[in-house]
Amino acid sequence: MTDRVVQTSKRSKQAARIADAASGGIRMILLKIVLLGIVDAIAVYALFVLALSDEWLIASLVAVVTLVVNWIYFSKRKLPAKYLTPGVLFLIVFQIFVIGYTGYIGFTNYSTGHNSDKAQAIDALMSSARERVPDSPTYKVTIVENLEGLGMLVTAPDGEVSVGSSEHPLSSVRNATMDGDKAVAVDGYTSLSFQDVLQRQGDIVGLEVPFSDDPNDGSLRTPDGSSAYVYTSSLVYDEQAGTMTDASSGTVYSDTGTGAFTSSDGEELLPGWRITVGFDNFARAFTEDSIREPLINVTIWTIVFALLSVASTFFLGLFLAIVFNDKRMKGRKFYRIAMILPYAFPAFLSALVWAGMLSESFGFVNQVLLGGASIPWLTDPFLAKVSILFVNLWLGFPYMFLVATGALQSIPDDVVEAATVDGAKPWQVFRLIKMPLLLVTMAPILISSFAFNFNNFNLIYMLTGGGPRDAAASVNVGATDILISMVYKVAFTGQLRDYGLASAFTIIIFILVATISIVSFRQTKALEELN
Amino acid sequence: MTTVLSRTGEPITDKRPFSFGRWFGRTGWRHIVGVAMVLFSVLPLLYVLSSSLNPSGTLTGSNALFSAVGLDAYVRLVTDPTQPFMAWFGNTLLIASITAVATVFLGALAAYSFSRMRFTGRRFGLLTIVLVQMFPQLLAVVAIFLLMSSISDWFPAIGLNTHIGLIMVYMGGALGVNTYLMYGFFNTIPQDIDEAAKIDGAGHARIFFTIILRLVAPILAVVGLLSFIGTTNEFVVASILLIDPEKQTLAVGLYKLVSNPNYADWSAFSAGAVIAALPVMALFLFLQKYIVGGLTAGAVK
Repeated sequence: MTDRVVQTSKRSKQAARIADAASGGIRMILLKIVLLGIVDAIAVYALFVLALSDEWLIASLVAVVTLVVNWIYFSKRKLPAKYLTPGVLFLIVFQIFVIGYTGYIGFTNYSTGHNSDKAQAIDALMSSARERVPDSPTYKVTIVENLEGLGMLVTAPDGEVSVGSSEHPLSSVRNATMDGDKAVAVDGYTSLSFQDVLQRQGDIVGLEVPFSDDPNDGSLRTPDGSSAYVYTSSLVYDEQAGTMTDASSGTVYSDTGTGAFTSSDGEELLPGWRITVGFDNFARAFTEDSIREPLINVTIWTIVFALLSVASTFFLGLFLAIVFNDKRMKGRKFYRIAMILPYAFPAFLSALVWAGMLSESFGFVNQVLLGGASIPWLTDPFLAKVSILFVNLWLGFPYMFLVATGALQSIPDDVVEAATVDGAKPWQVFRLIKMPLLLVTMAPILISSFAFNFNNFNLIYMLTGGGPRDAAASVNVGATDILISMVYKVAFTGQLRDYGLASAFTIIIFILVATISIVSFRQTKALEELN
Repeated sequence: MTTVLSRTGEPITDKRPFSFGRWFGRTGWRHIVGVAMVLFSVLPLLYVLSSSLNPSGTLTGSNALFSAVGLDAYVRLVTDPTQPFMAWFGNTLLIASITAVATVFLGALAAYSFSRMRFTGRRFGLLTIVLVQMFPQLLAVVAIFLLMSSISDWFPAIGLNTHIGLIMVYMGGALGVNTYLMYGFFNTIPQDIDEAAKIDGAGHARIFFTIILRLVAPILAVVGLLSFIGTTNEFVVASILLIDPEKQTLAVGLYKLVSNPNYADWSAFSAGAVIAALPVMALFLFLQKYIVGGLTAGAVK
């Protein structure tokens, strides 16, 4: 580049630059218009979809954000915003919004049995309790489809033709094409061929078309795609009273404000619906013994685990850094590369490999290193904790070694020399001079390492799965679970997915983490570096 | 802070005759520590390599290191129709690469504006990024899942069970520690360069794309690689958002492959681990001096 510059004269160079900048400017503007055009097109599409499903709040949010983005990029100023907007948008949606949303969920009963609104819960209840009405007439059916999905074109025994789908109850039609006494096609819908019916049998058997908006009227189902039968629910919904009555047993279930229809003796009909329960989840976490005990144990173990992990990796790393920081020693490069291999190996794989090596009856450690012992490394509550700390030492010491070596080499030689001249012994030099200097540089790293281990989900989940399980606890939690793995298990594994309780745990953890971080940041004054 | 690169200092030449005791006292014992640590570090890796070459498949069969050598496990892993390993591998490479590139890009944009521009809310912005990081994304996983499942009600193309959706969630963490690392590095590039370019008529975008990005290439490589490794290792969000086996990543797929190591096809898993780890480790060792420099500048593992 410089060669060419030298050859051209000063003026032509300047002219070339101006031309270059100008053409770059036009290209930039074109690129900007194209990119913004794409963004706007997507936004308009999103607005249509959202408006169709009546999500006006979200639609208006999308509109506002799109307008702001356009305004930022077309304005002459707003320079920092142009650079910050893309990252900040993602940050707001997937970090800040979800934090707030977690807070909201923590105050609801959102869980497997309570994951929709009341109307959907009523539909689901009635639908699951539906049975075929004995001796009901046969309705002739043609399966039809439109953009919204499958529907039924129904010819009633009295010859009346109507069409409907699972979301739209039957409504009569006049202009249907008849084949004998059966309607086979109607405007606005495509009739499915016999082959299509065979192929999509699963969907068709599950298709249920209600007679009217009142769920008590029952609905039509077709086992074969050509004739349908009337199904009514054994539950009767009374909209005025807001109660569900079981027609066969006569039990009345009413909405008692717990997010489910509940009978007088406390029996709940599930699915229920989502309601705000206030501090119930937190109250459960702190008062219900079968939750509180494991929560306290898990919290203590999380802190102990994070502290011991940081301490063990730090001291081993520091020790190694001191050992290998001797220039007279040969082959240091080789040792160093061998020792950072665990850091380069993907961490989730390490945990899985160690899980195999520590296996009680077949693992490498018991079978080969310990000559056929059967030590329950991962299944005994205490040994499992030891194993986790040991494996985390293997995973984490290379990082500390690298960082400590860097910190050690950044200590100026003359400081050490001065101390030696003053008569300090090597150990004194280390303890009184090197160590404090090291700690100053390493404190932020130790804190972030603590924070990392506090949420070191992969290690725990892949090595022990949190186990061995605590049988006394009412939530799925084990001896080695840390807070984050407990949240994951409460929310996503097992029969009952309790999102509300898991979010309440999350908030508790957040308060804990924030307190610890603020206190430690205050102490190290790491934030002072910001300017 | 200086890097930890080994300095090529020659050992001080000793005129005195060789004495084992003195040698041992100075550096000999260090070699003992070194050999012990090398064994500790490398043994599990040798074990994986050995069991991946073991045709038998069981955990017990893997214990005698390198007793049998063959590529059966690799063949089994790649051809078994019940576990789409190649799809996992491709997905992971795709997702991790896109996430890395996008993270670097978004992070660099933000770092540039924080480093070069003075605007109201700058300090607040920097602080917010630090504070938000205190609440790891991992913790909000329930909310992320519910948010994505409502997004898929309206836009199935970017909701649950899509790679775009997962990458978007990862983008939420693009500003953060990465921005900090880059911000520090950007600050070390003299502002004079920008000013010279400005006088020559270059706009801010031109300065950013053609000058700054080239000068900060080392830190971009570090952040990109750390993000790549981080995404490869990510399990929680991927396991929740990706449902179909063919859509999943290595972390999710391989975990399921050996969720009970006693009964799993251990050799096939090891083969998968070797294939998954080799590119990452090669990249790591190749770029290690940059990474070490980046780490000591205050990164987090």
